[in-house]
Amino acid sequence: MTMANSIAGWFGVGKQGQHARLLLILLTAFMLVLPFMLSAGFDSGNSWVRTVDFALLYIMLALGLNIVVGYAGLLDLGYIAFYAVGAYLYALLNSPQIAALLPAWMMYPPLLVMLLVAAVVAGCFGVMLGAPTLKLRGDYLAIVTLGFGEIIRIFMNNLDRPINLTNGPQGINNIERVSLFGHEFGKPLEILGVQIPMVHQYYYLILAFCVLIIFVSIRLQRSRIGRAWVAIREDEIAAAAMGINTRNVKLLAFAMGASFGGVSGSLFASFQGFISPESFILMESILVLCMVVLGGMGHIPGVILGAIIVSITPEALREVVNPLQDMLLGKRVVDPENLRMLLFGMAMIIIMLLRPEGLWPSRRRKDELHPATKRITKQEDATLDEAEREHE
Amino acid sequence: MDHLLQHLINGLVIGSVYALIALGYTMVYGIMQLINFAHGEIVMIGAMVTITCINMLLGANVALPGIALLLLGLAMAIPVSMALGYGIERVAYRPLRNAPRLAPLITAIGVSIVLQQLATLIWGRNYRPFPAILDIKTFEIGGAVITNLQVAIIVLAILIMAALFFLIERSKLGRAMRATALNIDVARLMGVNTNTIISLTFVLGSALGAVAGVMVAANYDQAHAYMGFLIGLKAFTAAVLGGIGNLAGAVVGGLLLGIIESLGAGYLSDLTGGVLTSSYKDIFAFAVLILVLLFRPSGLLGERVAERA
Repeated sequence: MTMANSIAGWFGVGKQGQHARLLLILLTAFMLVLPFMLSAGFDSGNSWVRTVDFALLYIMLALGLNIVVGYAGLLDLGYIAFYAVGAYLYALLNSPQIAALLPAWMMYPPLLVMLLVAAVVAGCFGVMLGAPTLKLRGDYLAIVTLGFGEIIRIFMNNLDRPINLTNGPQGINNIERVSLFGHEFGKPLEILGVQIPMVHQYYYLILAFCVLIIFVSIRLQRSRIGRAWVAIREDEIAAAAMGINTRNVKLLAFAMGASFGGVSGSLFASFQGFISPESFILMESILVLCMVVLGGMGHIPGVILGAIIVSITPEALREVVNPLQDMLLGKRVVDPENLRMLLFGMAMIIIMLLRPEGLWPSRRRKDELHPATKRITKQEDATLDEAEREHE
Repeated sequence: MDHLLQHLINGLVIGSVYALIALGYTMVYGIMQLINFAHGEIVMIGAMVTITCINMLLGANVALPGIALLLLGLAMAIPVSMALGYGIERVAYRPLRNAPRLAPLITAIGVSIVLQQLATLIWGRNYRPFPAILDIKTFEIGGAVITNLQVAIIVLAILIMAALFFLIERSKLGRAMRATALNIDVARLMGVNTNTIISLTFVLGSALGAVAGVMVAANYDQAHAYMGFLIGLKAFTAAVLGGIGNLAGAVVGGLLLGIIESLGAGYLSDLTGGVLTSSYKDIFAFAVLILVLLFRPSGLLGERVAERA
């Protein structure tokens, strides 16, 4: 019931069991019928379902980065590297690319094994990056992680020689889709006479893992480790004085965040069926950061909201900007893709200047950043604090 | 080893450009402990404005020698970059001076994206060739080739750096800048208008950046809306290598990084038996950055400074 209570808390509904349960049921029902609503409601419905699939992948990514940036307060600008590690791992083990080099038992592992491996390997990369760099201060750390992300990308771009591992800039093709319970996801599926297209199948798969990651995030936040992360973010020296092993706890943040990225990357590779280094450029790291910042660092529903906004915007812009330009100017001057990045850049500046706690912050953080508006008596504060602990 | 001299020359040329840009990073960092992520974009805009300006002059059939056209272009680009530097500080950094450290970093990234996208909107995504207005001559020294443009780049960079050192070490403005870097509150108590000084630091760094941008564009015969990121990062590496906050360090770091990169790219393939090729060139900067931060975070010339919370 923790999840229901948490979700009820986010929406400001009381934490009485019934309300929470009702909300959870409504939300579940909505998420379950969403792809069918989309494909029924729009002409290009399936492409919208595809967008939603990507939004879910981004939610997983953003929640992973949220652990590093939001909880532990470590600015990671190379986060997409872990996504890349997960994606390439999946691609290599599930395509003919290097099948000849590996023993047969390693190829085409079952989904859960695959995702576990991806999480562990990405987590190891996280530790690899974290171990030497955690002594660095915030801004140096940002630059080093950025460099790390670029190094990973440059290697993926160039590891087609001397042995063709990654196929260089051309990327890896013919990636097998996920198989679950003997059903291969690329094939059409019919249940009770209803045709379920591929994007819908993936929607449910990704949704399941997304819910899992949200659940893990909630549990982590309320755990001893989660509280240690926040303590380090607020004041590292004080945290160390309280007996927290700051180094290990920070490493754990990197590893956890990275493993979320790895899982998300694997699902991405299988969904897309094709990957290339182009998908893992610095801009992607910054996009994910933008989701976390926009939504509200350290607050799970905020981060989810941020991920949804940032990943849906380009599609919405494409639908609006091009017809608008055709109508008003008769030609296309502005590329929606361009406009999107411009908007996100401006959003990052404006959010930091005017609302640093993000669009949907946790109550505690909001109070911290706007002490002037805080008109709460001591007693209320105590109850609030307790409620906060309950809700998060 | 017959290419050694050639690699050294190339390294020196690009290194002096890195040094100019690194000075911009290091001055801002020295005063505000802030990495100005948008500095690379200022370099890019300096290059783009110059190219556009020269092309416009050429389009208007202005009969001037190439060098005069270039100077006119620069005369346009430097004020544009200075204004940008000033504006960025006012809009994105000043309001956050007392905010948590993460905040100005994030706005810096935001500014960087905005400038990059604006440049793409104005100049498009393609490479812009640098107009062939300069009369390039090549000289041979001991089997290596150097162009008059490259000589000019090195000489100009040295002149600019000398002027900057003079400004900072000898002038009243420079003294105020050093005071602000040492302790901003005490400097203010001593009657230094620290806000003006910080603005001037940004303006000065941006002007150097614009010149460096034109040098890069002229040296590689092209400019690109996304060129700012990589060159900015490399120059930042140079600043860290030399010891961030230290002017001489930025120069040493810049030259050293240029030479490391040039030698590395030249010999990497031979050393690894063809396994790693020169396409890994850009990794050197990142590797140097990570190694320096791990083993000597204060840089070659920097002193160990107390950690700021």
